[in-house]
Amino acid sequence: MSVTLLEGTAQGGQLKLAGAGAWIAENARSLEAQIEDETRRAGKLKRVDIDMGRVERLDTFGAWLLERLVRAYSSRGCDTKVTGLKDDYRLLMDELHGIKLVEPPSHHDNQLADAISTIGENIFAVGHSFSSMLNMVGALAVTSLRVLTHPRSFRFTALVHQLDNVAWRAVPIVLLITFLIGCIIAQQGLFHFRKFGADVYVVDMVGILVLRELGVLIVCIMVAGRSGSAYTAELGSMKMREEIDALRTMGFDPIEVLVMPRIAALIIGVPILTFLGSIAALYGGGLVCWLYGGIDPDIFLSRLKESISLQTFEVGMIKAPFMAIIIGVVACVEGLAVKGSAESLGLQTTASVVESIFLVIVLDGLFAIFFASIGM
Amino acid sequence: MAQETSKTNGRRSKEVVIEVRDVVSGFGEHVVLDHIDLDVYRGEILGFVGGSGAGKSVLMRTIIGLLPKHKGTIKVFGTNMEAASDTERQAIERRWGILFQQGALFSSLTVLENLQFPVREYLDLPQQLLDELAVAKLEMVGLDASVCDKFPSELSGGMTKRVALARALALDPEIVFLDEPTSGLDPIGAGEFDTLIATLQRTLGLTVFMVTHDLDSLHTVCDRIAVLADGKVIAAGNMDTMLASTHPWLRAYFHGKRSREGSQYDKTARV
Repeated sequence: MSVTLLEGTAQGGQLKLAGAGAWIAENARSLEAQIEDETRRAGKLKRVDIDMGRVERLDTFGAWLLERLVRAYSSRGCDTKVTGLKDDYRLLMDELHGIKLVEPPSHHDNQLADAISTIGENIFAVGHSFSSMLNMVGALAVTSLRVLTHPRSFRFTALVHQLDNVAWRAVPIVLLITFLIGCIIAQQGLFHFRKFGADVYVVDMVGILVLRELGVLIVCIMVAGRSGSAYTAELGSMKMREEIDALRTMGFDPIEVLVMPRIAALIIGVPILTFLGSIAALYGGGLVCWLYGGIDPDIFLSRLKESISLQTFEVGMIKAPFMAIIIGVVACVEGLAVKGSAESLGLQTTASVVESIFLVIVLDGLFAIFFASIGM
Repeated sequence: MAQETSKTNGRRSKEVVIEVRDVVSGFGEHVVLDHIDLDVYRGEILGFVGGSGAGKSVLMRTIIGLLPKHKGTIKVFGTNMEAASDTERQAIERRWGILFQQGALFSSLTVLENLQFPVREYLDLPQQLLDELAVAKLEMVGLDASVCDKFPSELSGGMTKRVALARALALDPEIVFLDEPTSGLDPIGAGEFDTLIATLQRTLGLTVFMVTHDLDSLHTVCDRIAVLADGKVIAAGNMDTMLASTHPWLRAYFHGKRSREGSQYDKTARV
């Protein structure tokens, strides 16, 4: 890297600089250093002659550095001349000579102000997403009323397609996960209850926990991650490619064509998955009780019948469609909020999953309060 | 001006920078390029035309190495791309720049970062020099520093093309591939873009491989035109050769209603 690309000799008020070698991108770093050294030359200089005759190659990088050198001396009031430049490079130098350098705006703002403004922006964003969710719920209500009065306008094919994606194809993974959760709860319960000799109460715990809370929660978290994110990504990429605008200009309501069937599919699919998931979890719990805890299936079943009622099951199932609406609304709102870039698609998909899981849990808490106060 | 450069190059015994020989390429059973031969000479602006779906972009992508070919050889700067080692390939890739049809700017980076991305990857330069060079490149393509902090999604179509061109030029390439550079631009913008390409070609001594449909670009900036039809290059030469050709497709293309003379006939017909 120590090739000499620029040599200078000063005589009185005159500086002679001679360039050599290849002034190209690869050498830009050492060339910059050598040029910096030359520009820092002390003393009064009146004339600067730059001889480029021995420069073999010149590209934009080298040309810009030469231009920098010229500008540095010109601004010091020197009479600067470039000689010996090959004709091929004249045009490039002329082009660069005309460039007005505007400093790119600096980013060194007040950090405290930045932090405060970020907080403000986030609060505003939360408010905004809340209001757009309300908007979506309203639009959905209006569309459902319209569909009720004109049932033919309902997109039945789309609904079936979405049901296939959201419910049917999700069955294996939901069954597997809820089964494992049932097993784990039973195992943990047995392990700890055994210390008090209360093994058999594990059945009560598994039954109530799974049917009231865990079945629906696990299923909703799965659905939010699996289908909610898919909805957001689908709608988002449709938005990016102006497909939604195209629908609108053809006189279709995107809510009716795209959002309704998707949310309807969730409203039907999530309760079904919740039912299947709860059964799988109970099965897993029963299996572990039998194999690990020595509780016979007969005893498990009769104990289960005593501990739970139809009401326990109802509590879980009632929640499912509401959770489905939350997941669907959040996913569609976030999908429609996607802007032009690929990054925005990723951001909204993440936001969709995080928000819907958060809201599902909040809603579950509200339901717990509600059921407690009506004595269910 | 552009023609002058081609003439001077003609005297310099035409160095071939891209040599396509007997290339067959396609998707599965469907053959798009059928035993194609094509030469691109140093310092020229080659306009590459052909019907929609004729495989212009396929050839460009095959040369760049984005699409695999079934048969044939492609030499860039005399190096056979297939036989080249990874380091050789990388060295060649550093010597070309590509303007994709939609710009293909990285949407998560600002304009300035987009321009600096390739430079930062290959060269170790101080930030201030990187900034200055990026601004200089932006000015060369007719933009100014005010777009530096914008994201690609905030740019208009014409600006996107210009920024993408600036990025293609970021490493001072010797060849630039332009995929329909003027599509989606208004006639004024397209004309400016043509002039810009011609100017940059002269100042930077570029070789330009331009896939285009724009008859005006072909007339004003291209030194040579190659025509792709039925999977083969059916003609290559300057505009006069194209206009003189009797091939039915060429006649329809260069003498059609949208050609220069075609629109002239229309005017006289109306009068």
